[in-house]
Amino acid sequence: MALSVPAIMKTTAARLSALYFLLFALCAVALVFYMTSLSARMLTAQTQETINDEVLGLARAYQRGGLPILVRVVEQRSRQPGANLYLIADANGQILTGNVQSLEPGVLENEGWTSSPFSYQRFGEGELERLRNLPAEQGTTTQSEQNDAQAQGEKGHNAIALVLRLPNQMIMLVGRDLGEPERFRAVIRRALMLALGMMGLGGLLIWFFVGRAALKRIDSVSEASRRIMGGDLSGRLPVTGVGDEFDRLSENLNAMLARIAALNEGLKQVSDNIAHDLKTPLTRLRNRAEATLSGKQKPTDYRQALEGTIAESDQLIKTFNAILMISRLEAGYSSENTNRVDLAEAVRDVVELYEPVAEEAGVSLEADAREAVSVNGNRELIGQALSNIVDNAIKYSTGANAQPAVRVTLERAGADVRLSVADNGHGIPDDGDRARATERFVRLEKSRSQPGSGLGLSLAKAVMTFHNGRLELLPGNPGLSVVMSFPAREDH
Amino acid sequence: MQMSATQPSGEIAYNSPMKILVIEDDREAADYLQKAFAEAGHTAHVAGDGETGFALADAGDYDVMVIDRMMPRRDGLSVIAGLRSRGNTTPVLILSALGEVDDRVTGLRAGGDDYLTKPYAFSELLARVEVLNRRASAKEAETVYRVGDLELDRLSHSVRRASREITLQPREFRLLEYLMRHAGQVVTRTMLLENVWDYHFDPQTNVIDVHVSRLRGKIEKGFDKPILHTVRGAGYMLKSG
Repeated sequence: MALSVPAIMKTTAARLSALYFLLFALCAVALVFYMTSLSARMLTAQTQETINDEVLGLARAYQRGGLPILVRVVEQRSRQPGANLYLIADANGQILTGNVQSLEPGVLENEGWTSSPFSYQRFGEGELERLRNLPAEQGTTTQSEQNDAQAQGEKGHNAIALVLRLPNQMIMLVGRDLGEPERFRAVIRRALMLALGMMGLGGLLIWFFVGRAALKRIDSVSEASRRIMGGDLSGRLPVTGVGDEFDRLSENLNAMLARIAALNEGLKQVSDNIAHDLKTPLTRLRNRAEATLSGKQKPTDYRQALEGTIAESDQLIKTFNAILMISRLEAGYSSENTNRVDLAEAVRDVVELYEPVAEEAGVSLEADAREAVSVNGNRELIGQALSNIVDNAIKYSTGANAQPAVRVTLERAGADVRLSVADNGHGIPDDGDRARATERFVRLEKSRSQPGSGLGLSLAKAVMTFHNGRLELLPGNPGLSVVMSFPAREDH
Repeated sequence: MQMSATQPSGEIAYNSPMKILVIEDDREAADYLQKAFAEAGHTAHVAGDGETGFALADAGDYDVMVIDRMMPRRDGLSVIAGLRSRGNTTPVLILSALGEVDDRVTGLRAGGDDYLTKPYAFSELLARVEVLNRRASAKEAETVYRVGDLELDRLSHSVRRASREITLQPREFRLLEYLMRHAGQVVTRTMLLENVWDYHFDPQTNVIDVHVSRLRGKIEKGFDKPILHTVRGAGYMLKSG
């Protein structure tokens, strides 16, 4: 079995709490470390100052009466209780007087401040030890102080000292016990432990209250999404109205759900339309075949029926291809075959392609695309979209009073490139109809008489979406103006 | 359906018989192709998967190959790339259900010479295969095309019929050039749209028919014999007599 993290650590709240705890603990340790080192330095300086004062006093005694007075003063001071240490030794390091019984070897060899604290034994230490082992008789020392002292007693006391060489080759040591600063450090250590403990407890409390509150909110969101996944697409995530990040998240997810529901609705509509638009010709196809089979037919009738069948199935294939293409373009199909497309050339190509058709229909087709304008895109798709629009314009320009005319204009408009196809036919006067005209399979009443699948403008719209552009239907004066807006290329 | 003014020329006149290799995993479609090619006067061999097809193509001497893109064991594009790397230059027409611009480009890049999206009309496939036939495609190098009394000079961009100068628009010239390069062969509307206009989509209106009828007016008006024929259910053919 692999090492598994406790389930509780899998929640973000627990992980965050642990992280914060660690972070604060690190900060506290650093702070305490800084404070102890600073105060230890201060205490050492203070100790050294005391020693210096002591040495100064002894020096004055020496000046007054030479060695005998010095020794007497040292003996006198040694008897006084306190942290001060005194020692006078001969040139060989043999202790002559003072309150130090023994000390670490080598301390007396170097003159000046001892480089680090050394350990020593004081006179009467053994007796003191014995006294301290009798708890009933402990004096002013507290239990913990005694423990500290005991711990130190096993390896002697620590002290720092100044070693001086007297004129007659004798050695004098003046020092001070370090018990006090060490006790101070112990106090700080305890404070640190306490602080860490409190923080741990605090972290736990924070996780318990804050984390669990967040967890509860998330659980309710999870619950709601499971319900929606279960098929209830009208369900929404709970919003408390506090306006916090959870509300914002829920609102965004709700907006997404609304969009999905709309797309779903659209898809349903499209499949209904597809069913209608494919079923109608399929039924016609089938009926024609059935009618041809039943009853007596001349060979030419069979031929005619079969030709009709082929023509009808070709139309079906075309519709099917268009539906597939629109779906792929709308699904965000990305093409590797996009590059610089010269729109002026695209306009010339399409206008040239449709010019004979327009002439035959008695429509004047003109292009105004002198300016060289390029966009990023796919020439084939742009060509197809534009030819669908021009095709429509030619079909619907007739019927109005004026001489039917279609005009294709290419121009720049700010950051956009506008390619508009305007006709002077009846147009689409109703705003709603105009908006609906680019929807799939929508064939407005007036266009029912014209051949077409109802997919031409939808395809053009999908092509424009693919090019990050827009397709707009604007009322012309008269007629209709279909505008394709492309974002211009950067390098212009 | 036809917008042409002239009467249909009746049955399609076929070129010299070809040896065609069909690599297609759909048994029914392959059988239909074999039968239809045979009716058109050609011989077709069928391979049911990519590996068999590759072995047949590598061993036999075919005029044209028709290869389905998606097949078991070895896909069509891999077969084509394998054949090309072995120095086989037999023209290949790719059949595919994938019809987007990118799919076509990938197919042609793999070494295919033409690309036809399923479902297709057999007349379209036949016309394309006949145009691909390597024995008929020697015309690329010629500078002057002649069909009967019609003459097209590719260098001076001039067209004459019975020594009479005919003025054509640039696109009409390219249209006639393509028709004359494939004189005696059926040329479909989509082939014209692809090769003369470089578009691969289906226009909503049959724009090509109008272009062809306009060209027909220029090269037939005032001459007693029709030269640009409409082939029913298929396309057009430029043919003298």
